[in-house]
Amino acid sequence: MTNVEKSIVEEVKKEEITKDVLVDVQNVKKYFPIKGGILKRTVGHLKAVDDVSFQIHKGETLGIVGESGSGKSTLGRVMLRLLDPTDGTINFNDVDISQLKKKEMNEYRKDMQIVFQDPFASLNSKMSVGELIEEPLLVQTSLSRSERQQKAAEMIEKVGLRRSDLQKYPHEFSGGQRQRISIARALVLEPKFVICDEPVSALDVSIQAQVLNLMKDLQDDLGLTYLFIAHDLSVVKHISDRVAVMYLGRIAEIAPKKELYNNPLHPYTKGLLSSIPVIDTEEGGEKQRERVKLTGDLPSPANPPSGCTFRTRCPLAHDRCITERPELVEKEDGHFVACHLYTS
Amino acid sequence: MSNQPVLNVDSLKTYFYLDQDQVAKAVDDISFSIYPGETVALVGESGSGKSITALSIMQLINKPGRIINGTILMNDTELLKLSAKKMTKIRGNDIAMIFQEPMTALNPVYTIGNQITEMLRKHKNLSKSEARIKAVELLKTVGIPRAEEVIDEYPHQLSGGMRQRIMIAMAISCDPTLLIADEPTTALDVTIQAQILDLMAEMKEKFQMALLLITHDLGVVSEYADRVMVMYGGQIVEQAPTKKLLRDTKHPYTKGLLDSLPNLDEEVDRLGAIKGAVPPAHDFPSGCRFSTRCPFVMDKCTQSNPELQELEKDHFVRCHLYDNGGDTLD
Ligand SMILES: Nc1ncnc2c1ncn2[C@@H]1O[C@H](COP(=O)(O)OP(=O)(O)OP(=O)(O)O)[C@@H](O)[C@H]1O
Ligand SMILES: Nc1ncnc2c1ncn2[C@@H]1O[C@H](COP(=O)(O)OP(=O)(O)OP(=O)(O)O)[C@@H](O)[C@H]1O
Ligand SMILES: [Mg+2]
Ligand SMILES: [Mg+2]
Repeated sequence: MTNVEKSIVEEVKKEEITKDVLVDVQNVKKYFPIKGGILKRTVGHLKAVDDVSFQIHKGETLGIVGESGSGKSTLGRVMLRLLDPTDGTINFNDVDISQLKKKEMNEYRKDMQIVFQDPFASLNSKMSVGELIEEPLLVQTSLSRSERQQKAAEMIEKVGLRRSDLQKYPHEFSGGQRQRISIARALVLEPKFVICDEPVSALDVSIQAQVLNLMKDLQDDLGLTYLFIAHDLSVVKHISDRVAVMYLGRIAEIAPKKELYNNPLHPYTKGLLSSIPVIDTEEGGEKQRERVKLTGDLPSPANPPSGCTFRTRCPLAHDRCITERPELVEKEDGHFVACHLYTS
Repeated sequence: MSNQPVLNVDSLKTYFYLDQDQVAKAVDDISFSIYPGETVALVGESGSGKSITALSIMQLINKPGRIINGTILMNDTELLKLSAKKMTKIRGNDIAMIFQEPMTALNPVYTIGNQITEMLRKHKNLSKSEARIKAVELLKTVGIPRAEEVIDEYPHQLSGGMRQRIMIAMAISCDPTLLIADEPTTALDVTIQAQILDLMAEMKEKFQMALLLITHDLGVVSEYADRVMVMYGGQIVEQAPTKKLLRDTKHPYTKGLLDSLPNLDEEVDRLGAIKGAVPPAHDFPSGCRFSTRCPFVMDKCTQSNPELQELEKDHFVRCHLYDNGGDTLD
């Protein structure tokens, strides 16, 4: 191929990908004001999400990992406009929803749903399962009562429960079953995009596996696009196509999952991966693993370190990391990293 | 490893007497020993009886729960026969316990220093100033930076990982021979979890303790435990040295747990979930408690609960598949 041909091919490839983008997040920030003094004036800002950009393609699962407080849930909420962004744009199906008014937003709500971590807190205990699953239809659509009931009945079977369960109440179900109910509730509106915020973190492993299998099946059946938030790196690896690693409100690294797990570039990603305790069945000695030990805690996002926010825990930090914030740059095809080790 | 166990639990039963004549058999006939310097893991899903086993050893069972059977020997002392006062002395001096959420174990209105020095003065007869010096030393031992300042701070000023380090400092302050850690890192991020587990392993070596590590994470078991006991429905269903249990898994429940885990090294499209859910402790199925979820269930499994038998040296399993000696799964 000549260079010209090559660039034409690349151009076409690019177009194909952009055509397939469902969600496009650009430079999104969410700052929470910190109030102080008796007058409760704003004395500073907690930068929960600080200049984050990425895209999610149709039918894809983008995993987001990061330690507690790194801004994963805040990012998810901003993307659904459950919180207003401080800055940035959020394109959903080529429409910028970041500035839409509440009423205008309603039209898009149907297409974007969320499943939360805690199946106990997120279901109203006074409502029957049937009412819970029908509620989004009641709010968002003009379907008749019998149509709603019909949809709820179909949905409950899709998530592996029985029609007779519709008459029961949440407390009559186990944790895994309640998470199935939450999923049914999120999917009954036939959304295009679902944010899953730690949907299996509260579940035992045997139940976690059931729910993960269910989520994969539903994705295949209904052509869903997922943003899957979790702190368990093996769960994220299992369910995702691409994975983003967040640290103090920023993306440290984002790549196709095989790339990220086999060839992590960021020292933080390396540290995260080598912190996971793994099952080792090899006879005799230990499995050979590169151990990158991270010391210390996550700094407060209200008072983050200058330059690279990871430098206080980074074994490879140097002068430049103190003064200059590393940008997210593409090192290999689709593999982006924000670290001075990779910028010249 | 010496032959005299630090702790020997025999035929322990702890039941909860609920309303409407229901009885939750939280711990139902459990026997095991822990030897000096050993790390023994107790694993199992939520509700399998891990915490109640630990709390029974500590004799911290409250109504409607009651220890109704068994003996608990610590060296040569029978703990279940001790007076409440004597047991208080054992707790802290000989056995220390660390909980999942350190916030519940630390008193929010006292400084870190207050809490550690009080403990030291009670158990070690130190003067106030001696206790403070020792407390700072302990904080340094568990890797707390700025120990001289942290000692005057309150629990809420510290991160979860730091609080767990404080709990470890308090636990080792009186040189216990047995440390019981109940999900000590479940509430922590992986990078902090690795720090805390490494610290516990280091302290165990340094102070020659035995460690009973309660966890639901088989990765943690693999990296830190010498021996494993798998609990299901208030009973031990499999017990073996760690490598043996992971390589040569006998019980269908253990196998199911291992297959449920997403693996970092291997790609699978679907996980091998175990069907159904853990039955409640007041309503176990008759026969084998795992029979309602077991892919290998046979007629006799619904009729009688198998005994825990030693199939190979140090490898115990409670399963009818091995009634005639049997070999391996599938
Ligand atoms: N409504 C709010 N007001 C002020 N600060 C907030 C608010 N919501 C979140 N934060 C702060 O923003 C930061 C990011 O929080 P977020 O919940 O997004 O983290 P996370 O990555 O989801 O953590 P976890 O793994 O614990 O769920 C935290 O420091 C948190 O305290
Ligand atoms: N205060 C109580 N009242 C009644 N039943 C109880 C009480 N505490 C525990 N139980 C019963 O004992 C069983 C075992 O509980 P335990 O706390 O030991 O489980 P566990 O294995 O530690 O679970 P987890 O992983 O969730 O901590 C539970 O299924 C429950 O039915
Ligand atoms: Mg969160
Ligand atoms: Mg417990």
